[in-house]
Amino acid sequence: MSLDKDQIQKLATLSRIAIDDATLEAVSERFSSVLDLVDKLQAADTLGVEPMAHPLQTTQLLRDDIISEPNHQEAFQKLSENIHDGLYLVPKVIE
Amino acid sequence: MQWETVIGLEIHVQLATATKIFSGASTRFGAPANSQACAIDLAMPGTLPVLNSQAVDFALMFGLAIDADIPEVSVFERKNYFYPDLPKGYQTTQLEKPIVGAGRVTIETPNGDNKVVRIHHAHLEEDAGKSLHEGNFSSQHSAIDLNRAGTPLIEIVTEPDLSNAIEAVTFAKKLHALVTSLGICDGRMAEGSLRFDVNVSVRPRGSETLGTRTETKNLNSFKFMEEAIIREVDRQIDVLEDGGKIVQETRLYNGDTKIARSMRSKEEANDYRYFACPDLLPVLVTEERLQRLRKSLPELPEARTTRLVEQFALSQQDAQILANDIDLTSYFESVAKQCDNPQAAANWITGELIGRLNSEDLELDNSPIDAGQLGILIQRISDQTISGKMAKQVFDSIWSGAGEVDQIIRQRGLQQVSDSGALEQMVTDVLSKNPAMVDDYLATEENRRKKKLGGFMGQIMQASRGQANPQQVNQILLQKLASMIEASGE
Repeated sequence: MSLDKDQIQKLATLSRIAIDDATLEAVSERFSSVLDLVDKLQAADTLGVEPMAHPLQTTQLLRDDIISEPNHQEAFQKLSENIHDGLYLVPKVIE
Repeated sequence: MQWETVIGLEIHVQLATATKIFSGASTRFGAPANSQACAIDLAMPGTLPVLNSQAVDFALMFGLAIDADIPEVSVFERKNYFYPDLPKGYQTTQLEKPIVGAGRVTIETPNGDNKVVRIHHAHLEEDAGKSLHEGNFSSQHSAIDLNRAGTPLIEIVTEPDLSNAIEAVTFAKKLHALVTSLGICDGRMAEGSLRFDVNVSVRPRGSETLGTRTETKNLNSFKFMEEAIIREVDRQIDVLEDGGKIVQETRLYNGDTKIARSMRSKEEANDYRYFACPDLLPVLVTEERLQRLRKSLPELPEARTTRLVEQFALSQQDAQILANDIDLTSYFESVAKQCDNPQAAANWITGELIGRLNSEDLELDNSPIDAGQLGILIQRISDQTISGKMAKQVFDSIWSGAGEVDQIIRQRGLQQVSDSGALEQMVTDVLSKNPAMVDDYLATEENRRKKKLGGFMGQIMQASRGQANPQQVNQILLQKLASMIEASGE
């Protein structure tokens, strides 16, 4: 199975990745080879097989509802370029 | 053409856990911005989520309360989209295998019938952070507070079973009462603890196919919800009757301006590429867990209503009002116990107290008059220390912080005058000052005299500045008038 350029561009947009025309061809090929592998998997007869949610045959451990995280705001906000009154500033998002 | 409305709701319920769904950071409301956003909430590299046991229990309690199918295994998935208030680039949620399956909630429709609203499912997910678009920062920016990021939610999805705004609001109120009674949500809608998305469509009456629907998001009050539905139904009918078509879109309703607008930006990228979250294993719900939760379920609003009717001989209507809010039920029970007069307690609470709280936009927690004080106030009416009218004044005084019941009665000399000597004097004074009224009374036919008493009562109560015991005054007045009639030789 192969993807056309428009599909690749749509995926790139959804993923916030810039793909220029020069690399589009190569990316498209790599995508297609992965999808070929998926096609092979699709060919396996899975009738009556319950899909797995996770490769490990075990279930989720749960945590008690107790506050265990101290406030490391200062340390975290040192990593950010633009802080105002404790808020992270980002380029304006308009709804 | 006759149109009918079809409404389905999606409700986001913030669970009242102490910590986030996948991290040990606090969920307390109103903390300084970003002070409760830990490395997991911020999606720092190398962090992994660990599921909060209490969030699972709360979701299951909801499932048990609506008699839902609860599958043994549920699965978390990633819903992928980019937005600054979602640091991971995906929301951890559930899609194919939610924790709570199909259930039902019964509501009473305006004409008194019962209607079953089917719940499609309820799933666990994390809340996003908050984006502020206006504030004390440059207009080129939005500001992000991630304290809310990772707060546990259940999203409840109904079938499109609701037929008008009143039904939708009735259902919403019922759900609010349910989750607060269960103690799984604090119910504070103004703080966003319970948020409603409303899917609305219209179709010609009798049609089997659904019309194109719109979704109005994030309604956080019952009033806004009702307004938004009514306006959207009108808008859709106008569009269709003008020969137009409804566009499937997401809309935002502004409760202040009463205007809804289309919000298409997110629609375009509506390809969330869900997949099972590899960081979280399937969640197993054991029968033991369900048994334990079933036993711990608190009394639910319907059961409470029935109990209030049986235990306190209240009307169904009063009981329902008092039972809808578990705090209000406890408040009522304390007042009733204190004053030993459940009906009076119900009257004061459903009338005076709720009216005051609503008009001043206060929660019961912040009521200036506590259950003990209201109980004593009602007691003072029963033991005839004050009249009902005076009691309203005392209520007002306590409300405005003037002190406690007995202290106010004493300081302001509001005690009812029940001294029969003093009362007799008052009655005599009023009668002798109003010979014309007395003559009129005497001249009136016996069976019509009762109507004439009000005039005397008014004057006597006025003379006593409202403090005369009305029953006693009435009795003395009748006696005096009777002896006058006798003396006049009838």
